[in-house]
Amino acid sequence: MISARSVRMSRGEIAKHIEAAEQDILASSGMDSSEGTRSASFLQKDSHVSFSRSLIPGVDILDIREALEKIPEAKEYYGKAFTALKREFPRDTEGGYFIRVRKGMTVELPIQACLFLKSQGFKQKVHNIVIIEEGAKAYLITGCSASAAAQEASHLGISEFFVKKGAFLNFTMIHSWREDVSVKPMSISLIDEDATFISNYVCLRPVKEIVMYPTSVLSGKGGRAVYNSLILSHPNSLQDVGSRAILAAENTQAEMIARSVSLGGNVINRAHIKAEHAQTKGHIECRGLVLTEKGHIHAIPEMESDVRDVDLSHEAAIGKIRKEEIEYLCSRGFSRDQAQSIIVRGFMDVNILGLPEMLRKEIEGIEEKNLQSSF
Amino acid sequence: MLEVNNLSVRVGSKTILKDINFNIEKDVPAVLFGPNGSGKSTLLKAIMGFEGYSISAGDIVFKGKKINDKSIEERVKMGLGIMYQHPPQIRGVKLAQIAHFLSDDPKHIADLTARLSLTDHLERDINMGFSGGEMKRSELFQILLQDPDLLLLDEPESGVDLENISIMGTVLNEFLKTPGKSALMITHTGYILDYVKSENGCVMIEGKLWCVGNPKEMFESIREFGYDKCKECSYVQGRDSKAH
Repeated sequence: MISARSVRMSRGEIAKHIEAAEQDILASSGMDSSEGTRSASFLQKDSHVSFSRSLIPGVDILDIREALEKIPEAKEYYGKAFTALKREFPRDTEGGYFIRVRKGMTVELPIQACLFLKSQGFKQKVHNIVIIEEGAKAYLITGCSASAAAQEASHLGISEFFVKKGAFLNFTMIHSWREDVSVKPMSISLIDEDATFISNYVCLRPVKEIVMYPTSVLSGKGGRAVYNSLILSHPNSLQDVGSRAILAAENTQAEMIARSVSLGGNVINRAHIKAEHAQTKGHIECRGLVLTEKGHIHAIPEMESDVRDVDLSHEAAIGKIRKEEIEYLCSRGFSRDQAQSIIVRGFMDVNILGLPEMLRKEIEGIEEKNLQSSF
Repeated sequence: MLEVNNLSVRVGSKTILKDINFNIEKDVPAVLFGPNGSGKSTLLKAIMGFEGYSISAGDIVFKGKKINDKSIEERVKMGLGIMYQHPPQIRGVKLAQIAHFLSDDPKHIADLTARLSLTDHLERDINMGFSGGEMKRSELFQILLQDPDLLLLDEPESGVDLENISIMGTVLNEFLKTPGKSALMITHTGYILDYVKSENGCVMIEGKLWCVGNPKEMFESIREFGYDKCKECSYVQGRDSKAH
């Protein structure tokens, strides 16, 4: 078993697979190369899986190609979420991760996975599967990033999440691309009874184009899906980022919180909650700040119900920073620039991601680094 | 400390304040009365330098320097401070963040937090979901940490229950007893006068200062006769509304 073998290995092994020039960019997408704060790690560069190992028993992490060969159940899960929604998906993928957290396991330290674009013009296509078995709990942080050499490269990520009965998964994806990279994640999550799936998306660096609309299907009673996003949109970037939840069982609920700041880029915030069952609940909050004349934010919150007894609501607000807020902080002695910076940092509040303190501080550090270069 | 000379202030195309003259000396807080819409808040905002309150005539002089063209933060650095009547809500900005910017003395912050019952509010987004009384306590908390020499108070007690008015009044009075401090306070209810001692009051009606006098006596008179009576006092005829 993979985890049993890896327990004997020392932490920090992954660092041997990271070149000096790659360190900063990988760190900016959440990779801890010391592995000191991680329970398992995965690193894929272009189509090559450079590293994967678990440091604790009960967590499997490996190249999906290897998983499909060695783990019989892996085949059962491959494509299952897309088939459930009658959706097509590309099958010409090369790599991706297979992560499984065994029944009843609570994994305190996050599992990390990184998909890295290394070569110029490379078209990375991966298929990921994440299974959180019954009653298990885990945090997964995935960083997707591109090297300085990866001009005009692209990334297509297909992800399937299976969060079983009573399980909990907090999935935080950090994108750290370049201004000429195009990205298309496709993701479907199947959430069972009393299970919780929290999906966080953080994108603070320039990108050419991102189009994603992950979907959760909540088919067991009491399931919960949460989608949060923090987006800083740079000039010439298009981020068409949405999330969809289908409430298909009693007492299921979905919550979507989007915070976008446009520095001149184009953001489309889509959100869709569909209630197919009575006694369900959903809330959408889309907030956007436009800081330059050329920035564009389009919020599209949608709610739909097939039944009467549901509680769906949304709030959306887009605008510039209010003069009153700046003046208020100036009247406390902050300069105008300081006031703007504090308001933007407050708006991009990492607390909305529902992370444990250690991970929250880490993401705050990454955010701060990115904001410092913008403000 | 503060001299306002022949000040006229426009908001948009409308002149709100007309030829205002008054001084505020250190250690001598002043009280400003007046009906709603008379221009009291406009005066405080113009003194602070808020955008949209443009000086069409006259000067504001603070500590001997003309501040007409100074930015808000420059005025704050010189020792001006304002306690808002309706502070804005700022999402994601915690009260604690501002407190730590204003003071590097954790003990002072902790003491004041406890006295103003704001312990649970420090990690909350500023003014988000605060009740009227909580906002006022938070305003007082911040302004005392800021430690200005001249404090502009815009209805500090409105929306605050009697128990909290007592706490706030006591804390504020202690602060104003510090040598060298002063204040210009707007009040409608007059409750704050039970705590903060002041000998100088004046009334603003339709953008002009009318009569001056002892604030408690003026407040009693306003309560009994309304603001119309103020127009009949001796200062009306001469329009010599220089209050000292």
